[in-house]
Amino acid sequence: MPRITAEEVRVVAHLARLSLTDEEVRLFTQQLDTILDYVQQLQRLKTESVSPTTHVLPLANVLRPDQITPSLDPETVAALAPQRKGRFIQVPKIIETEPG
Amino acid sequence: MNYETTIGLEVHVQLATRSKAFCGCANNFGAAPNAQTCPVCLGLPGSLPVLNQAAFELAVRTALALNCQITDRIQFDRKHYFYPDLPKAFQISQYDQPLSHDGHLDIPVQEQTKRVRIHRAHLEEDAGKLLHEAGDGASLVDFNRAGVPLLEIVSEPDLASPDEAFTYLTRLKLILQYLEVSSCDMEKGTLRCDANLSVRRQGEAALGSKVEIKNLNSFRHVRAALRYEQERQVAALQSGQRIAQETRLWDAALERTRPMRSKEEASDYRYFREPDLVPFSVSPETIGRVREGLPELPESRKARLMRDDRLSSYDADLVTSSRRLADLYEATVALHRQPKAVANYLISELLAYAHVRSLEIEAVAVEPAHLAQLLQLIEAGAISRPVAKNVFVEMIESRVPPGEIVTRKGLGQISDGAALEGIIAQVIAANAQTVADVRAGKASAFQFLIGQCMKATQGKANPQRVAEQLRQSLSQQTGGS
Ligand SMILES: [Zn+2]
Repeated sequence: MPRITAEEVRVVAHLARLSLTDEEVRLFTQQLDTILDYVQQLQRLKTESVSPTTHVLPLANVLRPDQITPSLDPETVAALAPQRKGRFIQVPKIIETEPG
Repeated sequence: MNYETTIGLEVHVQLATRSKAFCGCANNFGAAPNAQTCPVCLGLPGSLPVLNQAAFELAVRTALALNCQITDRIQFDRKHYFYPDLPKAFQISQYDQPLSHDGHLDIPVQEQTKRVRIHRAHLEEDAGKLLHEAGDGASLVDFNRAGVPLLEIVSEPDLASPDEAFTYLTRLKLILQYLEVSSCDMEKGTLRCDANLSVRRQGEAALGSKVEIKNLNSFRHVRAALRYEQERQVAALQSGQRIAQETRLWDAALERTRPMRSKEEASDYRYFREPDLVPFSVSPETIGRVREGLPELPESRKARLMRDDRLSSYDADLVTSSRRLADLYEATVALHRQPKAVANYLISELLAYAHVRSLEIEAVAVEPAHLAQLLQLIEAGAISRPVAKNVFVEMIESRVPPGEIVTRKGLGQISDGAALEGIIAQVIAANAQTVADVRAGKASAFQFLIGQCMKATQGKANPQRVAEQLRQSLSQQTGGS
């Protein structure tokens, strides 16, 4: 049984803003299925006593004091962008109000 | 058929720190575009976010004031979406281990107290700001706001009407102001609100389809949008339609909501742990200390003023309606132990002063010592109330003590019989017709003559003395003729 369908690949591609041809969808579905199959081997391990590891260093509560440090020169920042208008970064027109 | 409304609110509040959440760029409003940005808040490769201690502490303080539980192991996650205001293409937020959860806020609803549960309050970063230029097919991005610390406060869907939602927001804002964690200025966007609303037939177990409403720029807009949406959904259900689960935008000009895009599912954000930020925890001792250090919140302050100062519920409500006003009240009462008089003066004169000038109460500078002195001058009869009004304004604007203003301008009240006699004689001579009206028994004519005497002394005459002497003079004249 396949672990991932062509439809799921299309959804993920859409979320990542990738446009795929039908041929690519077929190819990646099959490749991702193989990868998932491989990863599935991990499911056989007993991990009840292992706590999830999202950080390898045993650190916690790393904070910095609330102090202002110099920002970049706005001229430098605007120059980073492919398109600018004054010191603003210019992007194609956005129609709808922001999500999130 | 009756319908029930269910409302939940998401409030985003910018925390009043000096620097941003994860970098040292300044957190303030109004700088030149992109002048407060750095590799961290621009999401440049190789940069490393480090959490701002003040942002963390302000968030914990707020969470505890909202009766939330602080999570044992607090973690940050990446929330992914593509939008030009989000330089990293993900927002640092919190998913399954938020800063705090399960709190509550009590609000007054029809003379009763209603407990609104708070689902969670978590820390995240703000996005940049997009400016839409008319016509030329481009939008402009300013990243100064990107990375500003936000606390997102999510209520449970416990609010049953647009009015309850309005009350909840007003109360929440008041608490945030008392805590001094945010400027709470909706115009500057330091406080923002999204709402969701569903309706269902009365008695039905399952909630109706949830509609999220965005673009709400004031509490009034929130209430108006919720009222509109409530009516729209009831009308749709009555005509047999189904409500689509969607996000709608409030159009304040047209006073209606309109659909945005179909709502992405939570899993579309592809949350995963932020590997650049370690876990955080707050010890029980620290929680205890922060809780101890919380200021007295509006509800208990109001109760104390009603109990100790014998203020009415109405007066106590108004006095505690801003922390600044309540502080000013208490500092003044400490100098002039007349709580009712102080409360009255603040409510009638100070609120009016601010209202007429469209100022926030916080923006009006009043010295408690000056206000106490002004009230003492009034009570001692040294100045009349109309004069006091002018002295009050001048005292605020010049910051000169009222006693000095009165002396310098010669505003002392005229209660001296001989001084008043001359003025009264002039007024009687100049208003023969009105005097005749008084004698014919017209009460308003008598008031007019008092007014003329007050006017002749620029309000400095003691009105009671004027009335007495005027009455005397008029009766003497009648007797003499
Ligand atoms: Zn920065």
